Amino acid sequence: MSEKRKKVDYCDQIGTNITERKTKFETLSGIEVKRVYTPKDISHIDYDRDIGVPGEFPFLRGIHSTMYRGRLWTMRQFAGFGSAEETNRRYKYLLEHGETGLSVAFDYPTLYGYDTDHPLARGEFGKCGVAVSSLKDMEILFSGIPIDRITTSMTINGPAAIVWGFYIANAEKQGIDRRVIGGTIQNDILKEYIAQKSYIFPPEPSMRLIVDTFEFGSREVPRWNTISISGYHIREAGSTAVQELAFTLGDGLEYVRWAMKRGLKIDDFAPRLSFFFNAHNDFFEEIAKYRAARRIWAKELKKLGAKKPRSLLMRFHTQTAGCSLTAQQPEINIVRVTLQALSAVLGGTQSLHTNSMDEALALPSEKAVRIALRTQQIIAEESGVTSTVDPLGGSYYVEWLTDKMEEETYKYFDRVERCGGVIPAIEKGFFQREIAESAYRYQKEIDENKRFIVGVNKYKMDEPIDIPILRMDEKGEERQINRLKKLRRDRNKAKFERSISRLRKAAEGDENLMPYILDCVHSYATLGETCGVLREVFGEYKEPVIY
Amino acid sequence: MEKKIRVLIAKPGLDGHDRGAKIVARALRDAGMEVIYTGLHQTAEMIVETAVQEDVDVVGLSLLSGAHMTLFRDVTRLLKEKGMGDVLVVCGGIIPEEDVPVLKKAGIAGCFGPGTSCEEIVEFIKKNVKR
Repeated sequence: MSEKRKKVDYCDQIGTNITERKTKFETLSGIEVKRVYTPKDISHIDYDRDIGVPGEFPFLRGIHSTMYRGRLWTMRQFAGFGSAEETNRRYKYLLEHGETGLSVAFDYPTLYGYDTDHPLARGEFGKCGVAVSSLKDMEILFSGIPIDRITTSMTINGPAAIVWGFYIANAEKQGIDRRVIGGTIQNDILKEYIAQKSYIFPPEPSMRLIVDTFEFGSREVPRWNTISISGYHIREAGSTAVQELAFTLGDGLEYVRWAMKRGLKIDDFAPRLSFFFNAHNDFFEEIAKYRAARRIWAKELKKLGAKKPRSLLMRFHTQTAGCSLTAQQPEINIVRVTLQALSAVLGGTQSLHTNSMDEALALPSEKAVRIALRTQQIIAEESGVTSTVDPLGGSYYVEWLTDKMEEETYKYFDRVERCGGVIPAIEKGFFQREIAESAYRYQKEIDENKRFIVGVNKYKMDEPIDIPILRMDEKGEERQINRLKKLRRDRNKAKFERSISRLRKAAEGDENLMPYILDCVHSYATLGETCGVLREVFGEYKEPVIY
Repeated sequence: MEKKIRVLIAKPGLDGHDRGAKIVARALRDAGMEVIYTGLHQTAEMIVETAVQEDVDVVGLSLLSGAHMTLFRDVTRLLKEKGMGDVLVVCGGIIPEEDVPVLKKAGIAGCFGPGTSCEEIVEFIKKNVKR
């Protein structure tokens, strides 16, 4: 045996007489981490087959050959609060400071398809996002913003088709062709049932609406991403990185199967599917997660018959983990966010949101959000990590971990299959139980000091928090309700009633609903009224209670 | 045998962030309490109705959306109206520091923000529950 070989073998043996800080080192997902990784750990990997070059199948190293040398990721801060006017001002502020894409946070009533004056909307107006109850609000939200040149992502799911309708109609009122506008609607209902819980309708009609948007989008709004399949919320609900990866890709494949069942051609809609991941604290595990995600997606889409290279590309947005932020010593969240953002960049993200330091306390203040944006700009412009593609490619540890994440993902695919597929697994509470279990384990580890969170259970300080908190305009709700009343009074009543009754009839049948929804939008039917008709026809989802 | 402490964990409003509520529900159960969890999207009326039906000693409210000032105070007001003013009410979620005194004045005994350990909540309930 050569001297070199011996060294490799030596690294494999964990010394019995050496003391280390812990008896076992693990990733956040509980994957055991060895002291040292060597070529032996990746000796089963064939470079050309399993890794390859950036921009080529299986796209492990990135979806483009040049990545950030060609173009930086889109800096897209999630923002929205209060009225359309207030949020419009925040968008302009962010654009002035170098943000390159917009991302709309809607308030809870909007996410559930209720108008601000609905009884269940009590106290919720503008709190977690901006209220958009009609085309009128959308017009105000984007007034003075060049939506022919900037892309917009909208975090909207249950009523996604209708809110997208507001966006398309607003663009056309400004004289912008729907074929030119670009952006994303989240439109991912499966993860709502699994984790985020802003669902409206039961699974079947929800899936129908989503396939309607795929079909309509590929024909009429070709630059639009009609879905953003989201692991972010799965992670925020307490999943591990492995669960986030497995459940998200599983959901993605379920959408593909439903669209194909409708008769859509995979290469017509697959290029417009996009993804959304979380960036949590475990730096290398996060990077491995993004790399594994790209390879699994490319392989699975190929198996399903995709031919166009673009159909195989997993494009994704990343948001740093809101749930990792601490209310204690909020300034140190800037450091957490920096590391998380760096993992997303090293993992090859197409777009990024960096959280603000004050988000465990309230919605971000202007200063906090500016620092968060500057964090991305420093990574992009100063750090040098953007000079080469997938700089961690070939790292013994990163490649081994990427493989491991893929292996664990396929184990989950099998378990979901044994539940009868994604929707039966949701109905049985499989995902919800797995996530609740992981969330509880994580909290217990912190409570029992087996896991340290700086400022929470280690290096604590007892001093009052001294950062400015965003305050809402108390009168906003009243103004919004008055605007709604005026809108309902002033619109063409006959036109409104005709569009609503035509939508009802179409919903009862099986036509694509998008053209009918757009008619409702143009007649200034409100979100609550339009969703209300669909609620009557489709019914509402009630989740099983699991903890 | 001593009667177990009965706790209702409730999610008022439209907020779907139930991670904290579920963790606390499990931690209280593991600490030997009887826990009823309402599930999501409860109105104040629904929560108080369940509290009455289940004859609970404690109501735990969880909310991240920012609607706590409206919805939590609706719950404490209705509890008093139903003759359940003795029930210990605690809350958690994203609650700005300056809202805490107002909530305490409205009858909420404890506010547990991010970073609270489950043990702190268990101890607080054991110490303050009236029965």
